[in-house]
Amino acid sequence: MELTTVWFLLIAVLWTGYFVLEGFDFGVGVLLPVLGRDEAERGTLVRAIGPVWDGNEVWLLVAGGATFAAFPEWYATLFSGFYLPLFLILLALIVRGVALEYRSKSDSTRGWDRAFFWGSLGPAFLWGVAFANIVRGVPLDAAHEYTGGLLTLLNPYALLGGLATLALFTLHGAVFTALKTTGELRDRARTAARWTGLSALVLGGAFLLVTQFMTGTPGTWVSVAAAAAGIAGALVATLRGRDGWAFAANAAAIVAVTVTLFGGLWPDVMPALDPANSLTVHNAASTPYTLGVMTWVAAIFTPVVLAYQAWTYWVFRRRLTVTR
Amino acid sequence: MDVLDLSRWQFGITTVYHFLFVPLTIGLSVLVAGFQTAWHRTGDAAYLRMTKFWGRLFLINFAMGVVTGIVQEFQFGMNWSAYSRFVGDVFGAPLAMEGLMAFFLESTFLGLWIFGWDKLPKRVHLATIWLAAIGTNISAYFILAANSWMQHPVGYRLNPTTGRAELTDIWAVLTNSTTLAAFPHVIFGAFVTAGAFVIGVSAWQLARKRETDLFRKSARAALVVTLAASAGVALSGHWQAQIMTQQQPMKMAAAEALWEDETSAGFSIFAVGDVENGRNHINIQIPYGLSLLSTNTLDGKVEGINDIQARYEKTYGPGDYRPVVGLAYWSFRLMIGFGALAGLLALAGLWLTRRGRLPAGPWFYRAAVFGIGLPFLANTLGWIFTEMGRQPWTVFGMMRTAAAVSPGSDVGEVATTLVGFTVVYAVLAVIEVRLLLKFIRKGPEPQDAVHEDGPALPALSY
Repeated sequence: MELTTVWFLLIAVLWTGYFVLEGFDFGVGVLLPVLGRDEAERGTLVRAIGPVWDGNEVWLLVAGGATFAAFPEWYATLFSGFYLPLFLILLALIVRGVALEYRSKSDSTRGWDRAFFWGSLGPAFLWGVAFANIVRGVPLDAAHEYTGGLLTLLNPYALLGGLATLALFTLHGAVFTALKTTGELRDRARTAARWTGLSALVLGGAFLLVTQFMTGTPGTWVSVAAAAAGIAGALVATLRGRDGWAFAANAAAIVAVTVTLFGGLWPDVMPALDPANSLTVHNAASTPYTLGVMTWVAAIFTPVVLAYQAWTYWVFRRRLTVTR
Repeated sequence: MDVLDLSRWQFGITTVYHFLFVPLTIGLSVLVAGFQTAWHRTGDAAYLRMTKFWGRLFLINFAMGVVTGIVQEFQFGMNWSAYSRFVGDVFGAPLAMEGLMAFFLESTFLGLWIFGWDKLPKRVHLATIWLAAIGTNISAYFILAANSWMQHPVGYRLNPTTGRAELTDIWAVLTNSTTLAAFPHVIFGAFVTAGAFVIGVSAWQLARKRETDLFRKSARAALVVTLAASAGVALSGHWQAQIMTQQQPMKMAAAEALWEDETSAGFSIFAVGDVENGRNHINIQIPYGLSLLSTNTLDGKVEGINDIQARYEKTYGPGDYRPVVGLAYWSFRLMIGFGALAGLLALAGLWLTRRGRLPAGPWFYRAAVFGIGLPFLANTLGWIFTEMGRQPWTVFGMMRTAAAVSPGSDVGEVATTLVGFTVVYAVLAVIEVRLLLKFIRKGPEPQDAVHEDGPALPALSY
């Protein structure tokens, strides 16, 4: 396999890891006002993601760093082009992170809970907008510089993508909460999983079908079907009270969505409206030497990271009970 | 202001702000790990209470370092896309390695440390804080390797077709002499920062005669660390300056306001310069000082600004290759001054607390509280010096800062993000300092509230 292919796959894996992991902690933030009726419940919800959210977010930083190292042109075009949406995502992640760490140490949690909610909802929506635009293609000039504006990015397809990821991550947060809590909180999370599951099925289904007809290959039909089956499976498992299966099914759905997006993208990494200006795995990539070095680094350290992150989830595997 | 100015201000503000938290994180993570180890070894409950007290302040600071670090990872692409395209092949590698080897380590194991008090065996729990501390130090190494490449590019070739830098030797980049000198300088500086913080906070408590045993232990440990680290800062700084004299003579000349090539050059203490005409009105010097420091000989030759400018015009073509001399001169001097004061404070503190003593009058306590600020000033001025002193280059000798900025951005966008980040950062700074003060005033948890294996203290949990 060519190294550029390896790195395209690795970056897809990093984004998938990011969406599967931070997806549920975004979802918990979005559902906080709905599920947490009092301070003790809201505290329990935050505690459910407390030990892991920061590690989850590192997947984003590594995806960014890996893109810089392996596809510098992609990194440069994407982040200078999607300037204001990325700025909003960064601001959201800043206030969200501080909210998660400071809420229990402050005298009042109200403001922090609001920051956690908006800081989760914003990126959950905006990542969908960003990825929809990447897949759809944006105006680039011959030097691969983005020539559109903010409004170019807010097209109907991209907004649908935003709603789809928002619904999907919210569902992910609901099934995660159902898996990690007991009693009333769990019951409420399961109810939330039902309506967010239906929204995810409708919005995600519409988004994936449009994507499939726009950029899909015969292969991505499989991932589209898998995504739909995953969301439906999460719904069915929730109804049957199988929280673990519900979470696993929805995680699989998120994997399938990312596969669909990256599958539609390949071999481009950032298609331009004028195909001659598109960034591809070849013209955006670093030299074979750099890719080779980074492949060794990734091959050694990715399994180590996966092992200790998995161990963290094992250590904190127990359900949390609301204590008043 | 144009896009270039705004982008430079944004990078300066966000990076200096980020680096207020980073050194405290690096130093304090090791001190907290040290206190927990002392508890583990001795079983003395005072060390457990110290671990929890300083650990909580560490976490308040750590959160700010993490969230402001996210901006660092992305702003090269946002505001400096031309730079990112030019250097990505080389510069991206250490950044990606930092994420994979350091960020995962520190964030995952810190999560385990915070929430794992009652879930992990004692020994394993101790290991988690050490792994997090190691992660913060590894992180510093990779980001300094990336920065050092901008100061002194090695291990690359310039591709004539694409006009871009390409990595040819990763080992050369990771063992760049500039990195090898910068890393100990930054790490020792981080220990001085954390040390001065612990000394200052302890002094505040000791002046009020609260928890004297616990805070005397904390202060003594921090005083030793600060003094040793100050010596390390000075030695590594000297090494760095010698390397800089060879690699970036213009930066060194600006730092000394040395206008002409000189043998037996003096070390300037105070100068008033005339940048226009390239000379000094007033210059008070230590004779032979600069030659001795830079070349280890009394009559060594040190290059001056005007002569380097003439040489660079021959090499790189017409242009102004001088950084802002006044800024380089004063930031360099004040960095050394503030750093030295922190070291002297630690020396005085060690003497005053010798053999079970505590200072009687209020003066040392007051000085120690103000002393918390000294390393922060020195760190900030040091980075302003090293980055501003490299100008007009962003990658020395290869790419000018003016050519590095994103060609597509417009003033409105960059102004929006500049104002947005600055306002949010300012608000968070106020919140962070108030939170630190709240928990400093509150002091350590009472003895009987600290259980070895019981549930985590509320303040350390969520």
